[in-house]
Amino acid sequence: MDKTFIGRNPSVLWFLLALGLFTAGVTILSEAGLSVISTSFVKTLGKTLCLCLIAIAMDVVWGYCGILSLGHFAFFGIGGYAIGMWLMYARTEGIVVESLSSQVIPPTPQEITDAIGNQIFGVVGSSEFPAIWAFADSLFLQLLMVILVPGLLALVFGWLAFRSRVTGVYLSILTQAMTLALALYLFQNDSGLRGNNGLSGLQNIPGFEDTPQSTISLAFFLGSALALGLGYLLFAWVVSGKMGSVIKAIRDDEARVRFLGYQVESYKLFVFTLTAIVSGIAGALYYPQAGIINPAEIAPIASIYLAVWVAIGGRGRLYGAVIGAAFVSLLSSWFTSGGVPAVNLGFYTIQWTDWWLVLLGVSFVAVTLFFPKGIGGLFDYLVRKPS
Amino acid sequence: MHRLILAFALLLGLTPAVSAQTLQDILQTHADEVAKPGRRTVGVVLDDLAASGLPGVAVFLEKWQDKSVWQRDDGQFFIAAEQADTLQLTDIDSGEETSAAKDTFTQLKPNGGVRRVIATALVQFQLMDPDVERRTTAVASIARRPDASQLGPLLGAIDGETDAALKARKIQLANFLSASFAENTEDRIAAINSLSTDTSVEARAVLNQILTTSPGLATSLPTDQNVAGVLTPGEDMTRDEAYRLLVEAELAAPRTPPDVIRAALEANVVDGRVGNIPVAQLGSTANRERAYAQLAAVGTVAPLVTQSDRNAAIDEFIFFETYDEEDKAITQAAAAALGAVENRVAAGQTIDLALDALSLASIYFLAAIGLAITFGVMRVINMAHGEFIMMGAYTGYVVQLFVPSYTASIIIALPLAFAVTFGAGVVMERLVIRHLYHRPLETLLATFGISIALQQLAKNIFGTQARPLTSPEWLDGALVFSDVVQISYIRIAIFVLALIFLGLILYVLKRTRLGLEVRAVTQNPGMAASMGINPDRINMLTFGLGSGIAGIAGVAIGLYAKVTSEMGADYIVQSFMTVVVGGVGNVWGTLAGASLIGFLQKGIEWLNPSNTLAAQTYMILFIILFIQFRPKGIVALKGRAAAD
Repeated sequence: MDKTFIGRNPSVLWFLLALGLFTAGVTILSEAGLSVISTSFVKTLGKTLCLCLIAIAMDVVWGYCGILSLGHFAFFGIGGYAIGMWLMYARTEGIVVESLSSQVIPPTPQEITDAIGNQIFGVVGSSEFPAIWAFADSLFLQLLMVILVPGLLALVFGWLAFRSRVTGVYLSILTQAMTLALALYLFQNDSGLRGNNGLSGLQNIPGFEDTPQSTISLAFFLGSALALGLGYLLFAWVVSGKMGSVIKAIRDDEARVRFLGYQVESYKLFVFTLTAIVSGIAGALYYPQAGIINPAEIAPIASIYLAVWVAIGGRGRLYGAVIGAAFVSLLSSWFTSGGVPAVNLGFYTIQWTDWWLVLLGVSFVAVTLFFPKGIGGLFDYLVRKPS
Repeated sequence: MHRLILAFALLLGLTPAVSAQTLQDILQTHADEVAKPGRRTVGVVLDDLAASGLPGVAVFLEKWQDKSVWQRDDGQFFIAAEQADTLQLTDIDSGEETSAAKDTFTQLKPNGGVRRVIATALVQFQLMDPDVERRTTAVASIARRPDASQLGPLLGAIDGETDAALKARKIQLANFLSASFAENTEDRIAAINSLSTDTSVEARAVLNQILTTSPGLATSLPTDQNVAGVLTPGEDMTRDEAYRLLVEAELAAPRTPPDVIRAALEANVVDGRVGNIPVAQLGSTANRERAYAQLAAVGTVAPLVTQSDRNAAIDEFIFFETYDEEDKAITQAAAAALGAVENRVAAGQTIDLALDALSLASIYFLAAIGLAITFGVMRVINMAHGEFIMMGAYTGYVVQLFVPSYTASIIIALPLAFAVTFGAGVVMERLVIRHLYHRPLETLLATFGISIALQQLAKNIFGTQARPLTSPEWLDGALVFSDVVQISYIRIAIFVLALIFLGLILYVLKRTRLGLEVRAVTQNPGMAASMGINPDRINMLTFGLGSGIAGIAGVAIGLYAKVTSEMGADYIVQSFMTVVVGGVGNVWGTLAGASLIGFLQKGIEWLNPSNTLAAQTYMILFIILFIQFRPKGIVALKGRAAAD
């Protein structure tokens, strides 16, 4: 305990430095005059930073605590829905008030509410506001929801699951069932969140109608970078020190930790809930940049991909999760957008849009078999550890 | 036969106006009505024809309806076929055929209304036609348009019926008609009571028809009508509906909706004010109503009907429903019969639901049993299990491309699908899973990688559109017990297949050397190895077996659902839950899990039939809670094997 927190974790400093340089670089390159980086690419980078944030949350819960959660994307989605409700409500309200103001008689509050309801829910054949939209008019309350709803859901779910000692593969399947149940629920038209249409038009930020999208995307990019930096610091602090040791010990042998007198369930619940909250925040930053959220986003497969990013990047090291998420998601969008030239084999031409998933799948297998430490493991060769 | 026609003519309450006449004589008596029939006048002709009991009547009526009857200038009627300028004439009575030039004849062209009346009259002749098909058609046409006039002929046609099935149908139909149209109350009540054991849709429709109601309102409950019940506004009907009834009965002024108020105010803005209220203040409901009231006071608009006006109007009246049928005894009998029928229908629906649930459980069992074996024995989560199901289904599709006979192709496809997926499973075990036995959670990732690669490969090879896997025609259709209880043959086949596999797997596990070794490795791999069992080989075979069964499940599922590259993904989560709920490493556990999930899903769907998504959501929530109380599933392993 003679060193400071940073002193014990030099990688945190290196990471923050790299993130800072990257952010500064992107900001300069995308600024007017230079315009080397397009607005849409800034958006892609901003979204990728959000994915990195949820990836480090996943790394803490899986790589450090040993809980393979296949449901963390549910919390990400809930965060997105929570902020999306305010964005959609406030923007629709602006449009409705504008269009009603041309009438001879000023509109009543009831008329405004009815018109907003029609605008938002007409697509699912309804115009009534469901109860869960009660706070949609308040940015503050919806931001609170971004934290509270994933947090409470994780708390209740985790308490139930850890209390009855559901572990290992069973817990993975249970968390998968949770995200599937949520996705199926949201797919219904009467769920109150527009069924499979989801929430859309989220890239238009109310109050900033006149600000160009390039400025808004850069702002969100910087916000995401800040959130990632803070999240990284928070999690680095959580997994270091005494608490970090207990958490890692739970991963390695849960029964022994319990026999040593530690409240294993409390530690797991703390980690599960904290990572869920961070996932919610990541989602709340991601979806305004994506512009649309629908229930397909939180289908079980999304959470499995999340686990795969972490595995490819390297579990049990936070920068590994960041590298995995950034590497796979950027590569994925590069391949599927047709940016990679087709390979002509003479008898067959490989179109990467068709074959990318096959390549990706095979690389998962290869990484698990041959590089269990992931890409992050390469750093071990650079830094010779005193052991 | 003639006697019978006469008999029901008597039944209809008609007396033969004439006897010992020819058909032509009867027609000549009503020459004008025959030549220029109207919907009202044609009845007399038809009655007399029916009463005559002459053999040619049915043929004549058919031809008349077909516009194939012609009248000669001297008034005689002939059945005739038109051939250019000549007519092939057939004498109505003797059937003697002649031909003549067309210009001395006039064609009879009864209009549509008349033809329908003729058709109804024809039914009574067709009911006793020697040709059983025509009798069946006649019965079906009565069933389509039941009518009071058909009751007599139908009753008369029952005794002479030789075809047993048709006779039963005639009796049933006669019952329906008597329930609605019989002359006296006792007959109707008897018929209604006899319907109380009939669960067919038709019988229920008849009873519901008798029990139709219409709403009414009055200041006090009427005594001269057959009142079905009192409706309390706010409970049995909404207050809005009640008020709408008042408006329809012109007992109250229509309500003034907000948009009407707004339109009225907009139309009456004077100098930036409506009445004495400035326009800027009209942004609230209260101010708008005040402004409207001022407009109403000077007579510009209709008076405002406020909520309290409406409530007062509603409270003044009693709302009730009256039966359209006036006889209280009949409606009581019908209500009682309908109650009895509905009880039977409910029982039938329960059975039907149970059958549905059973077949769903069989599908889950087939999809999950392979997973249960691999998961149970090797503690390996195989995320590619769903893709093995898909692989089996595509094997069936490819076989059908080469083998045209559907029966033969299915018989070939089942073992072939097993072989293909068995091979794929063994290859996967050798190449990937073998290296990951000490890292069970990582097999999940590796098999997930295989899963998405296989899915994309299938998409690249077979395309994204769904491919058909056609079942043999002897599996088409359904086994029908009644209008309520029925089950399709494909579902029965899947159920039988699941039973066969249950038996086969139990046999392999309990009665063979391989099964013994598999159970030994499941319980304690280390001990099994020291007893001379090669766990490597057992793991390989077990994985192959589990995958092979997935392939067969794929053929079965492909038969009733479409074959797509994503079909495996649809079943994988359900299969996992089946295994987890049932308990790992136990065939009976998987059976219990599949049954629980199948019955639960159908049960929840029944409670909330409009929404299968909601049913699935609630089912998953139930499973999450269930795991809290039985973390190791319904059938939990005990002892050392349980500790993992």
